[in-house]
Amino acid sequence: MKPAPFAYADPRTLDEALAVLSEEGEGAKVLAGGQSLLPLLNMRLAAPTTLVDINRVPGLDRIEAGEAGVRVGALVRHAALLRSAEASAVQPLLARATANVAHPAIRNRGTTVGSIAHADPSGEMTAVLALTGGSVTVATPDGSSSVDWADFFLGPLETAVHGPAVVTSAFFPALAPRSGTAFAEVSRRKGDYAVCGTGVVVTLDEDRRVASARVAHISVGLVPEVHDLTDAVAGRPVDTADWAAAGAMAQGLVDPDGDLHASADYRRLLVGALTTRTLASAAAEALERSA
Amino acid sequence: MSTTTERTVTVTVNGVPQQVTVPVRRLLSDALRHDLGLTGTHSGCEHGVCGSCTVLVDGAPVRSCLVLAVQVDGSSVTTVEGLSRSDHQGGEVLHPIQEAFRECHALQCGYCTPGFLTTLAAGLDARDPAVPITEDEVDELVGGNLCRCTGYANIKKACRHAAEQMRTAAEATR
Repeated sequence: MKPAPFAYADPRTLDEALAVLSEEGEGAKVLAGGQSLLPLLNMRLAAPTTLVDINRVPGLDRIEAGEAGVRVGALVRHAALLRSAEASAVQPLLARATANVAHPAIRNRGTTVGSIAHADPSGEMTAVLALTGGSVTVATPDGSSSVDWADFFLGPLETAVHGPAVVTSAFFPALAPRSGTAFAEVSRRKGDYAVCGTGVVVTLDEDRRVASARVAHISVGLVPEVHDLTDAVAGRPVDTADWAAAGAMAQGLVDPDGDLHASADYRRLLVGALTTRTLASAAAEALERSA
Repeated sequence: MSTTTERTVTVTVNGVPQQVTVPVRRLLSDALRHDLGLTGTHSGCEHGVCGSCTVLVDGAPVRSCLVLAVQVDGSSVTTVEGLSRSDHQGGEVLHPIQEAFRECHALQCGYCTPGFLTTLAAGLDARDPAVPITEDEVDELVGGNLCRCTGYANIKKACRHAAEQMRTAAEATR
């Protein structure tokens, strides 16, 4: 339960970090909050030859909330994002989902961007990035580029980022007008990895009828997926929309695996229940925000 | 920039400046226990689940098994040994949560206790003592730590008791 030996560098600039990553090659790994990486090292499920600790690189700990959305720097801790009233005013899903990320002691150290770069399909923020239609900024020695969420996640713990690169920020677009959100999950113990989790966004039209309803789940698929449930509730007023039908539709769109914690059937049952519940709550909020 | 496999770390632990040379793979929990002899911090699961190794880094609770010792260079660390303060008469004044654990019999084997104490002390210190603590707050505070003996009832009772003691103390000084 101790990490295998590795070499360590704690660069003071992003360029320096990229240079070390280039020099060290395939065996090098970026260390940010370390709340997923350190367990992997301790259990020797991963044994990088070099850790490049970016915690001393200045400027990566900023949350920039603007009209278009929220940009979260690579060193923003979950706890800081949870506390940011500016961020949740622009995109309420951020705080709602982050409140479900592990326990306070983990949130004090773990980073939002790190959990996205880790690409664990049970990570709350991977689903939020997908559901909001977000993107990440990836810095390489050749320059920086933006990668859309749909191109970023390739599989469990696998992303489109290869070679010397640092994910420097994630961008979450703002919540659209007349929209509401909700996030809920079921876990064995509060703060543990979710057996199943659901985030939704409901948007109403100018007559306060349902214009769109979208859902993303965690711990269900191999990569984050966004499902459009609009067909089940389109054009209905919030109080008569059949949210259970939308929940049933969601069940038909997922193909969960069973594991030690839950069978595939139980996960599918949770998808239905959580989707129904969160959609109703998001729609009520959308109605409030339409007033 | 070159990489290293050993580092000298300068860190303030419980108010005392310390310097320790460690392999870079040394976990903070092991540096505290083995290099500094502060065995109050307990290593349980060593992958962030149980919470027994929780210490405060610059005032915030973190899992010391999920932080490398080199990462706290320049920081201030508080372990369970540092929760009490001197009474300036050669004795120690326990933190209200430590008093409450004794009062409410909130431990049995004691293995998880240091993690609960550091987590709860920081959590209680961070809140407005004038506001009565809610059950949800208590659940959130204890939620990240495992205890296999007590069933949590007395730990939660101690948490409420300490919050109440802190409220009374805050009122008295107002």
